[in-house]
Amino acid sequence: MTTATSVPPVPGAPAGAGPAAPPRGGSPAHRRGSARAAAGRRPAWASRIVVNLVLAGFALYTLLPLTWLVIASTKDTADLVGTHGFALADLNFVENLTRMFAEDGGIFGRWMLNTVAYAGVGAALSVLVSLLAAFAFEMYDFRGKEKAFGFVLIGVLVPAAVTTMPLYLLASSTGMVNTFWGVFLPQVASPFGVYLARIFIASYVPRELIEAARIDGAGDFRAFFSVALPVLKPAAVTLFLMAFSAIWNNFFLPLVMLTDRSLFPVALGIYTWNQQEIADPAYAPLVIVGSLLAMLPVVALFLALQRYWKAGIGAGALK
Amino acid sequence: MSALTATPTARATATAKPRRARFPRMVLLFLAPFFVLYGIFTILPLLYSLGLSLYSEQTTGGLGFGGTEQVFVGLDNFTQALGDSQFLTGFVNVLLYCLVYIPVMISVALVLALLLDSAAAKARPFFRLALFVPHIVPALIAAIIWLYLYTPGVSPLIEAFETAGGTWDLTSRLSALFALGNLATWLHLGYNVILFYAALQAIPGEVLEAASIDGAGPIRTAVQIKARMILGAVTVAVLFTVVGAMQLFAEPLLLASRAPAISSTWTPNMFIYQTAFVQQDMGYAAASAVLFAAVIGVLSWLVTRVGRKASS
Repeated sequence: MTTATSVPPVPGAPAGAGPAAPPRGGSPAHRRGSARAAAGRRPAWASRIVVNLVLAGFALYTLLPLTWLVIASTKDTADLVGTHGFALADLNFVENLTRMFAEDGGIFGRWMLNTVAYAGVGAALSVLVSLLAAFAFEMYDFRGKEKAFGFVLIGVLVPAAVTTMPLYLLASSTGMVNTFWGVFLPQVASPFGVYLARIFIASYVPRELIEAARIDGAGDFRAFFSVALPVLKPAAVTLFLMAFSAIWNNFFLPLVMLTDRSLFPVALGIYTWNQQEIADPAYAPLVIVGSLLAMLPVVALFLALQRYWKAGIGAGALK
Repeated sequence: MSALTATPTARATATAKPRRARFPRMVLLFLAPFFVLYGIFTILPLLYSLGLSLYSEQTTGGLGFGGTEQVFVGLDNFTQALGDSQFLTGFVNVLLYCLVYIPVMISVALVLALLLDSAAAKARPFFRLALFVPHIVPALIAAIIWLYLYTPGVSPLIEAFETAGGTWDLTSRLSALFALGNLATWLHLGYNVILFYAALQAIPGEVLEAASIDGAGPIRTAVQIKARMILGAVTVAVLFTVVGAMQLFAEPLLLASRAPAISSTWTPNMFIYQTAFVQQDMGYAAASAVLFAAVIGVLSWLVTRVGRKASS
């Protein structure tokens, strides 16, 4: 098992590929570390100060709103308006937390679990489905292969707005509307996931490796699960994070599909609290603590796995 | 049984191709999960949308108390949508939004990437991470945070802004664009910085050495050489941002509840949602969605064309 720390630059898109993620970066031989920059001419102290001040200013811009959220999560409704946003007041974090978890019979916990199921389990399944299909496209030759792959690529271009409404109508005629499956299933198949998975397989899994496994008597599924999958681990993590973030951020589908609050993903739940806050400001601390708690696992997940997706940015692959 | 174990001839070279099989059963098993789900949840709804767009719902009883029935109207929905100022305004709004937001976002990202890449920058890993963190924050949560930061009385930023002599007003059209643009900049600035930074790191060292030997200072090198050499990355970022901006939905929906300038049909996506689920006019919503998809399709196609050209 290799501990590949980076996804290699995506080589040219596979044959017949449509919307190519453009290959980024030059050959590794030409890559320069930051050491090279430092080794150059010593910049004057004045420009050093200006450069770092500008960078620090923008770091404040990105970090201050998050700091505000953390501070605000410790305040009660009155202090949110009555005290300065970046100043601590009476510490009510635990009270806010207990109030939020008690609200509506503990529905927030339910929303978090739903999100784990929709985005976590959904993304894991999505990656498996994408890798299986991409493996077939990359490792086998069969009639109509590139046509079928082109058919997959059509899906990349279809915006959710076009499919969500008919999905709702189809779901309501089959009784899937307002069910867990009505939100879970439509998000599993990801055409973009298949497209990327094929690029990853083409660059990670040498055909000879799979052929050798077959010569050793491994079946097709064995070759996929025991030979290809371990090599594809970094790619699978990247694909997982992309699918996870896509499902987490898909607001349209659950908004349309669900009316039963106990089936909501956390984003939709917090949204409804935020709407209630217009009439009743006492919801504000719930929205704020809820946002913080909903965000933390996502941020933790991405930070923990950053070595996987960071290289993907260079490959123009993420988002 | 494998379809390929029948050809155990070891092929030594990387150019070896597996034998062209008719349609091995195993391939079907590998492809089935994706294609079944894709067919049911993407292709079928897409076709359904196309079909719906040709029908109009008309009430049979008076005053809407009776049932509705589907009447075939051909392309009427499409001609109606193309003349519907509300629908078209959505595109105009997105266009204005792009005009305000993209130049700011891209130029700031480019400057920050160049600064990070310059020899003068300290603590690069910290700055990269700090700038990037918002990109990990889910968009809806970011919208909620900024919604509070746009609320007078709650927001320390508005307090500072008003102390400095500004007047806060989220009711004008321009301030709505600003509010959304700032949210998007906050979310995606770091991503573009890292994208550009990665492209800068890939510029061959010899090019920069040559510039330095020719007497170019750090600022001239940054503007005339580095910025030009990563033009491809910049173009791609702009086009991706446009396609993303077209699909705005959750963020303006959330801001609409507090900023009067953002109507319930402010973006094409919001218009489709409103038409389908508030006005319950599925045929018309489907036609607008199909038109919208066509625009997205053309734009995405442009992205790949330009992207490929820029990267070659």
